[in-house]
Amino acid sequence: MSTKSSSKKATRKTKSAAVPKRAPAPKRAAVKPAAAPKRSAAKAAPKAAPAISASDFMAHAYAMEAEAAERYAEFADSMEVHNNREVAELFRKLARIEQRHADQILEQMGWKQSPVTAANVRWEGMEGPETADPTELHYLMQPYHALQIALLNEKRARDFFAHLAKATKDSGVRKGALEMQEDEAEHVRLIEEWIKRTPKPDSNWETDQDPPVLSE
Amino acid sequence: MNAPAVAAPITAQAFKSDYKPIWCPGCGDYSVLSSFTKAFAKLELRPENVAVVSGIGCSSRIPAYTNCYGFHGVHGRSLAAAAGLKLARPDLTVVVASGDGDGYSIGGNHFLHACRRNVDLTYVVMDNHVYGMTKGQPSPTTEPDWDSKLSPGGTGLRTFNPLVIALAAGANFVARAFAGDPNGTADIIAEAIRTPGFSFVEILSPCVTFRPEQREWKQLVRPAPVKSTEDAARAARRLMSDDGMNIGVLYKGDRKPYQPPIGKGKKHPSDLEAEFAL
Repeated sequence: MSTKSSSKKATRKTKSAAVPKRAPAPKRAAVKPAAAPKRSAAKAAPKAAPAISASDFMAHAYAMEAEAAERYAEFADSMEVHNNREVAELFRKLARIEQRHADQILEQMGWKQSPVTAANVRWEGMEGPETADPTELHYLMQPYHALQIALLNEKRARDFFAHLAKATKDSGVRKGALEMQEDEAEHVRLIEEWIKRTPKPDSNWETDQDPPVLSE
Repeated sequence: MNAPAVAAPITAQAFKSDYKPIWCPGCGDYSVLSSFTKAFAKLELRPENVAVVSGIGCSSRIPAYTNCYGFHGVHGRSLAAAAGLKLARPDLTVVVASGDGDGYSIGGNHFLHACRRNVDLTYVVMDNHVYGMTKGQPSPTTEPDWDSKLSPGGTGLRTFNPLVIALAAGANFVARAFAGDPNGTADIIAEAIRTPGFSFVEILSPCVTFRPEQREWKQLVRPAPVKSTEDAARAARRLMSDDGMNIGVLYKGDRKPYQPPIGKGKKHPSDLEAEFAL
């Protein structure tokens, strides 16, 4: 059987933070500043995008924001468990912001709850365009890294709505998508400002003199 | 007279316990936990009617993170405990959580015979091709050329193909999912639970600590190009020739689940207590 493809050699056998300086590990892809979005806007489009009504569009937008909020809350929990309180607090704040956006959609639509839950939406990619990739975390990450993750998500959301505004034939959806695109562009700008005020990590930010995991 | 109270549907969040997972940040198991709870909510189950049974390993911590009944058992023996539970309490939904070390090595024999026996269980294995909890030893699904301090030059051993083996041994439902697709994985787990008999779901769940290159899985996985089949031989041929990255339901059979003989020899717990009384 062929099954699993031949493995690539592991670039890091332990937590990168545990790797001493004599064997520097490659830095995490996650925290590359403002990398190009990994999931294209087109890929992240909801499967039903071509036929959705303005109301469906808002329900999907709600699902997107709610899923993003849930993911940031999970990240905050994970960071709390690993005693990275500063980043935990930042992720908690991002979760609150995304949840507020979701709640604003409910209010705007006069819904008590969305007709579509995040769990029931299927995107063409694996997850919604604003949902952070969990493999990007590191227990020693700093606020700067967390903000880079947030920036990537906001850019992806902005591009998603821009793509949708171009692709749709429904004027109501186009109007909504353009408004959302503007909102997300504003969020991009705010996070970029936030990043400017945030100290850049040292080059050895991953180094842990007392690593929790050691296999060598 | 007041109308009888109708229980409100339970959200996925309500299936989570107050314990925060202690997995490494970035571990795929976080998403699998989310898929479990979404699947339970989707099926409108209630925590008191679900039992999550596990063995030992990172993945096997899941029972503690749910509000369901749980049993964190002995290494590799989760299926034996779960089968006993399901046969004694057929009204419960029993889901078994395991990893590639716990499930395919230490528990390999139980896996084979659980597939043969076809008790109505759902067996979810979080496969990261490594023993994570014990710090990075190769597991049965580790590639033969994976070079590490603990396996210099790789093991050189052929990888275990759990899906083909499950099919050959008689599992009634076989699927592969990816932790990075929590909603799709929740759908697959829900379908596995709904399907009578022994359902086997392998979830590719990256270990970013010992196998950081598994971050690339999100670029490699894809929906299986064909629909699931009821023909086990055809499913096996497909699985033997794929690259291990096709996700979806791959086989769904119609074998009748194992039922213990009704009436004969069935004892009430108090009979057993009397039998073992000193």
